Amino acid sequence: MGSADILSTLPELVLIATALLLLVMESAAEPHRELLAATALGGLAIALVTALGYGADGLYYSGMLQVDPYARFVSALALVLAALAIMVAVPYLRRTLEERGEYYSLMLFATVGMLLMVKAQDLTMVFLGLELLSIPLYVLAGFYRHRSSSNEAGLKYLLLGAFAAGFFLFGIALLYGSTGTTSYSGMAQAINSGTELSRVLTLAGFGLLLVGFAFKVALAPFHMYAPDVYEGAPTSMSAFLSTGPKLAGFATLLKLIAVVFAGTMVHWWTAIWILAALTMTVGNLAALRQDSLKRMLAYSSVAHAGYLALAILVTNYDSGFAMLFYLTVYVLTTLAAFGIVSLLEEGEESAMPGVEACKGLARRNPWLAAAFTLALLSLAGFPPTAGFLGKFFLFNATLDAGYLWLVILAVLNSLVSVYYYLRPVVAMYMQPGKNTSALPIPRMLIPALLALAVVALGAGFIPAPLVHATASAISAIL
Amino acid sequence: MADTLYLLVLFPFIGFLVNGLGGRWLSGKQSGLVASLAVAGSFLIGAQLFLGLLARPEDNRRLVQTLFTWLPVGELNIHVTYVFDPLAAIMVLVITGVGLLIHIYSIGYMRDDPGIRRYFAYLNLFTFMMLNLVLSDSLVLLFMGWEGVGLCSYLLIGFWFSDAAKARAGMKAFVVNRIGDAGFLIAMIMIFDRFGTLSMADISWLAPGAGIDTTFITTVTLLMFVGAVGKSAQVPLYVWLPDAMAGPTPVSALIHAATMVTAGVYLVARNSALFALAPITMGIIAAIGTITALLAAIIAITQTDIKKVLAYSTISQLGYMFIALGVGAFSAAIFHLMTHAFFKALLFLGAGSVIHGMGDEQDLRKMGRLRQLMPTTFMTMTIGALAIAGLPGLAGFFSKDEILWSAFNSSGGISWIWLVGLATAGLTAFYMARMLFLTFFGERRWAEGVKPHESPSVMTVPLIILAFLSIVGGYAGVPEALGGHNALHHFLAPLMATFQASGEASQAANHPLELLLMLLSTGVVLVAAYYAYRFFVQQPGLPETAAGKFPQLYRLSNRRFYVDEIYALLIIRPFRALADLLWKWIDVRIIDNLVNLAGRTTERLGGALRLMQSGLIQHYASLLLLGVVFILLAVAMG
Repeated sequence: MGSADILSTLPELVLIATALLLLVMESAAEPHRELLAATALGGLAIALVTALGYGADGLYYSGMLQVDPYARFVSALALVLAALAIMVAVPYLRRTLEERGEYYSLMLFATVGMLLMVKAQDLTMVFLGLELLSIPLYVLAGFYRHRSSSNEAGLKYLLLGAFAAGFFLFGIALLYGSTGTTSYSGMAQAINSGTELSRVLTLAGFGLLLVGFAFKVALAPFHMYAPDVYEGAPTSMSAFLSTGPKLAGFATLLKLIAVVFAGTMVHWWTAIWILAALTMTVGNLAALRQDSLKRMLAYSSVAHAGYLALAILVTNYDSGFAMLFYLTVYVLTTLAAFGIVSLLEEGEESAMPGVEACKGLARRNPWLAAAFTLALLSLAGFPPTAGFLGKFFLFNATLDAGYLWLVILAVLNSLVSVYYYLRPVVAMYMQPGKNTSALPIPRMLIPALLALAVVALGAGFIPAPLVHATASAISAIL
Repeated sequence: MADTLYLLVLFPFIGFLVNGLGGRWLSGKQSGLVASLAVAGSFLIGAQLFLGLLARPEDNRRLVQTLFTWLPVGELNIHVTYVFDPLAAIMVLVITGVGLLIHIYSIGYMRDDPGIRRYFAYLNLFTFMMLNLVLSDSLVLLFMGWEGVGLCSYLLIGFWFSDAAKARAGMKAFVVNRIGDAGFLIAMIMIFDRFGTLSMADISWLAPGAGIDTTFITTVTLLMFVGAVGKSAQVPLYVWLPDAMAGPTPVSALIHAATMVTAGVYLVARNSALFALAPITMGIIAAIGTITALLAAIIAITQTDIKKVLAYSTISQLGYMFIALGVGAFSAAIFHLMTHAFFKALLFLGAGSVIHGMGDEQDLRKMGRLRQLMPTTFMTMTIGALAIAGLPGLAGFFSKDEILWSAFNSSGGISWIWLVGLATAGLTAFYMARMLFLTFFGERRWAEGVKPHESPSVMTVPLIILAFLSIVGGYAGVPEALGGHNALHHFLAPLMATFQASGEASQAANHPLELLLMLLSTGVVLVAAYYAYRFFVQQPGLPETAAGKFPQLYRLSNRRFYVDEIYALLIIRPFRALADLLWKWIDVRIIDNLVNLAGRTTERLGGALRLMQSGLIQHYASLLLLGVVFILLAVAMG
């Protein structure tokens, strides 16, 4: 392990150091709570700079990790996402008097997990990253010890997550049994040259890996936990739960398929086809009948996983590019939407704001209502938002690969989704609310809203910068 | 010259922002003034550009303004471009001209409504979206306008949100339009996949020479047509339009008669180069148009709500436009679109004036003998009715007869399309006469306490202007058979493709035959109007006798052929059932139950813990396991 290795993992190391520092600060005799969030954000900022700027591309740690433009792009997105998720969480934690250093510390550990997953060049490293991402999230989902819904969410997530992780690990074992290695390049060589012990074993191994990923990104029928967990978890956490694991999961899976399993994909078309179709349909239909905003967004995130699975099905340059573009837009939009929902909880009697809570928001907070509308329209895929472009790229790549019926189903699905995305919009603009005083908008939420505006509108009107960034990132692996 | 094109679109958007964000500082009247001025600005620029267009040589009538390049990456080269060509010019003038009159009228009509600022904000936003729809060269931008007008329509139908039925009507419009939009979107993706561009000008240029297979072109045009059917309320997706009448009457005039519902006609005409290559699609368009025209006209005969009569009449007239499209007479469809915008806006605004004057009464059975009390409304509505019925010399006569003549020609003689078109002309005259007679003639049937009065001049002046347009609008397209030279047709001709089965060439020069057919249709119209006079003025008892004689027929028409019911049975219920099933079984039974139970036992945390271990997680886990089995099976099979 040389200095080049250490330099290549500088972002991770910075994050881990910051996370540990946060724990120390929390356990100090007189913890300065107001400094916690700033420290965490500072660590993320340094990590972002190092992730983008430091170290040369290449293999590190004896071929366990790889730094390339793809990893850099996804890492940067993950770091921005984590920073925004922390900023969304600050006012929420302060309002509910639960601000503790562990929250930020765990968030940083989870972020390290995401970075390791996408840099990984070896399945053991993927597993390490996956667990490093998952375990803090189990704790964070159950962070509100006094709320039974939060406890329930944490426990459910843990039990089912552990179950899925078991399959994942077993998949690694089978692949090792078949190819004699867990490194990407070694497995690829064995598979492409036909020197593996048994093709059946390889396929079964990848199938089990797929189960692990499907659970993380909430593809049906592995999505059952998602609505419960996202709804029960603290809203600031749901924002991260519905975005972070999806980002890391899809990005890693795409790379894994592109680099290792491309040759065996012919066996997987049917399965992934069905998973994608099932996921988008179940997600959208279930979302139709939700009154709770969190639950609605939870099912919506399931549906989006279904669209994203189209890119996995095709796995070529076009679909990979579309997936990265879509993911970028999706994670930032969903995060902002959850952030806004977390504001609406204030003043509501129940902890789960329904569509009701949106009534009259256009009068109370016109800018907040406009931002929420923008987020929902982008999720629904209205032009000229970036959400529309993302769908367009994704569906076009899928059609190019010859899946006409799947595209038709996806289009129908996305049109059905407009119905539930517009319900809050209608409530905000067309129905008078009981409460007419403006909600105070915490300053910490503003960056998330700005990110939303930049990605949903900015990338909608001037998509070229994002298109270039994602295109050059994806060309590193496809 | 084209530099001002963006202003055309910008003005209504500014109006929307002013009313939407700063509405609270404006009085209702000021808000209406801002909105009207914004549209007036667009209209003036549109008129100026139109004159500039006319001054140019025929083959160079195309103003282009590229605002910016949207996607400059590789094969994707989408520009945000506005194009002002003859077709766009006509659409723009109709949208902003008729739109302006309706904005002004609304100042009077919505005077006492507390939501008036919101109303004008939506109306401006609608105008903005509609202008984007007709000015954009890219299918993406067109789709934005397409979705945008749908959104505004939905917001305005449910404008009076206090009323649950109206909110439901808005939802219905919305859901039905989804079906159409799906068609549009898929067509768009397929086009891009094939041509690598979304610029309609490029597509029209590429399509004829590309040697495209019939299946592809038929599929794409059919999918586009599905979009048009939804937007333009054709069979079988027309059910939302009558319900949309729940919105304020000026909205019905602007959105659900003059502009938005014609977007489907515009879409087909704009892409005529694609459609002309797809004879199968063209045949289907003509058939759908024919069926719609007839069906809606029959339903209109027995409606008792004045706005419903006009709604079905709109559907029927849109059917006419699709007949024209289907037989390849693209410019005739646009001609009828224009004249229809004049007289149908007039009729709706007139109906609004009646409703206003009667204290919000819409039932024809409770009107009668209003002609002396509302002289201006009566005079102008009569002109509108005569125009739509196709009385020679008025606007509707010229456009309708051009369509009938094209239909006659396309098959080289008498065809069922032409016959149905002729019959529909008679039915139109009949139900329009019925509406006029029941409203303004006969006995007074309104209740005590209702004091009908003429509307203020802010409402009647737009009526008078529209009445004037309903008289002279047709002279833009006087056929050669009557000594004109069909200026509108020639104006549009460079943009419109020639459909091989189009009759425009075959007997186009047979003027005596054309004159004969005009006489025939005029005769049909006059006879129908005479019967309406007998039924509803001379012997008011006759309709009941007729209804008694043919009870099934009457009921079928009165119940609108039970289409709504069939819909509920075939589409909405199964869909709801599926959603319900998923919701009830997966959600309520399993997930919600758990949440509810957990909630109930908050005080006993121990109980909750016990509950969480009670097997429901196992349920999730077993589903997970099932998923694993499925994945492994799938690969074993594949």
